[in-house]
Amino acid sequence: MTTLAYEVSAREHYQQELETLRRAGLFKEERYIHAPQGAEIEVEFPAGAAPRRVLNLCSNNYLGLSSHPEVVAAAHAGLEARGYGMSSVRFICGTQDIHRELEHRLTALLGTEDTLLFPSCMDANAGVFEALLGEADVLIADRLVHASIVDGMRLSKAQQDTFKHSDMGHLEEKLREHQDKRFRMVVTDGVFSMDGDLAKLDEIVALAERHNAMVFVDESHATGFIGPTGRGTHEQKGVVGRIDVITTTLGKALGGASGGCVSGRAELVEMCRQRARPYLFSNTVAPVIVAGAIKVLEIIGRTTERRDALERNTIYWRRLLVEAGFDVKAGESPIVPVMLYNAKLAQEVARDLFAEGVYVVGFFFPVVPKGQARIRTQLSAAHETRHLDLAIEAFVKVGRKHDILGRTKAEIMDRYGL
Amino acid sequence: MDDLKRVILDYVKREYLEDGDDRIVAEDTPLITGGIVDSFSMVSLKRFLEKKCAIQIPDDQATPAAFDTVNEIAALVERIRGRRAPA
Repeated sequence: MTTLAYEVSAREHYQQELETLRRAGLFKEERYIHAPQGAEIEVEFPAGAAPRRVLNLCSNNYLGLSSHPEVVAAAHAGLEARGYGMSSVRFICGTQDIHRELEHRLTALLGTEDTLLFPSCMDANAGVFEALLGEADVLIADRLVHASIVDGMRLSKAQQDTFKHSDMGHLEEKLREHQDKRFRMVVTDGVFSMDGDLAKLDEIVALAERHNAMVFVDESHATGFIGPTGRGTHEQKGVVGRIDVITTTLGKALGGASGGCVSGRAELVEMCRQRARPYLFSNTVAPVIVAGAIKVLEIIGRTTERRDALERNTIYWRRLLVEAGFDVKAGESPIVPVMLYNAKLAQEVARDLFAEGVYVVGFFFPVVPKGQARIRTQLSAAHETRHLDLAIEAFVKVGRKHDILGRTKAEIMDRYGL
Repeated sequence: MDDLKRVILDYVKREYLEDGDDRIVAEDTPLITGGIVDSFSMVSLKRFLEKKCAIQIPDDQATPAAFDTVNEIAALVERIRGRRAPA
């Protein structure tokens, strides 16, 4: 065994912690994919097993651009033209012309005044609140915002409060309560990652304007495909130009490699350039990824074909599930949760679906509230009708096995418990 | 149930239960470990208690364990009040 500078007691402590996670069913295992990201992938699971070709219904490859030939070619060209790495943070010698070009293109897409790239949207969310707000201010967040926002809020000195998920009456109550603060910022996801529902951004903006607050939206599960031309939730809700801060990612619909950004009012973005620690103390997105992302924005600016295909797939898949008798959370985004309520049932259904050639993941507490376990399915423009037809066959077979088709929430809970 | 517990219980129901949430919340219902209140939204409960009871709850005492039931929250408030009272 390798000798570590660990106390034996420390090693035992971590071994016990890991065992606790295993026993609680919370131990996460990676599945090795032997193919580019796409609608069909080769998955090795468990580790050491021969890779199997399965349908992929759990990626964030919403626009099917992760392995698009034009994007791959642009990345190759970018690698040749601008090299592999920057070996510097942005403000020393780590900014190329293409970084600024990508920022300008994101600004145009999002309908904002300026944009600043970050290594990831996790980093953007980690840095933005601390850079913008202080002790005299308050952040008022929807209770279901993404974990990276929760972490970012905790890193800032601003006071914090929350409102019930998408409850505008509760939000207004909080805005009134915090009128004594210097600045108020309402914080929400555009599309909520676990439920797939859209924030009521039109109402949030109206409330914020009435109560003199800024609005922050994380558009990671929206940029590129929500709204008539895919600009995001703010386009869908008719409030483009009225959002103060948007964060979003290049790691999902926009090619899916990595990188994120803060976009919004020019002064706020500039404050992030001056103060946001993940921007100041980390390399930014590598040139090869910037080149690929620029091509992605060019592709989605050319035509709405891909977001239209995604929308058609979403409608079709929702209809298949509902007709088959599954309990599906209502919504309009390509995140389609199949509700199973019981954590063990969600894990078993996911395992059985994998055996049937469909790759999905079960989510349960603490990722979602207790008694709200589910399979989160995610659509892609890369899916063809035949993929979804095959997937529903597998879902029906597994649904019958567990006797959940046509069952209400109460019936499922009666049988399986919470 | 004493007044303090009733005030806390009323606030918890109003602040954390969604419309249509039919879960029964009582003085001994686990709030944090029961998934009714998470550590992220717990801060409004702390602020409410400080304002309503005119106390300061030190951050190191505003732990998920100390906030897990109305009984425990009330006990924490009473401890802080007791410390503040002259001997």
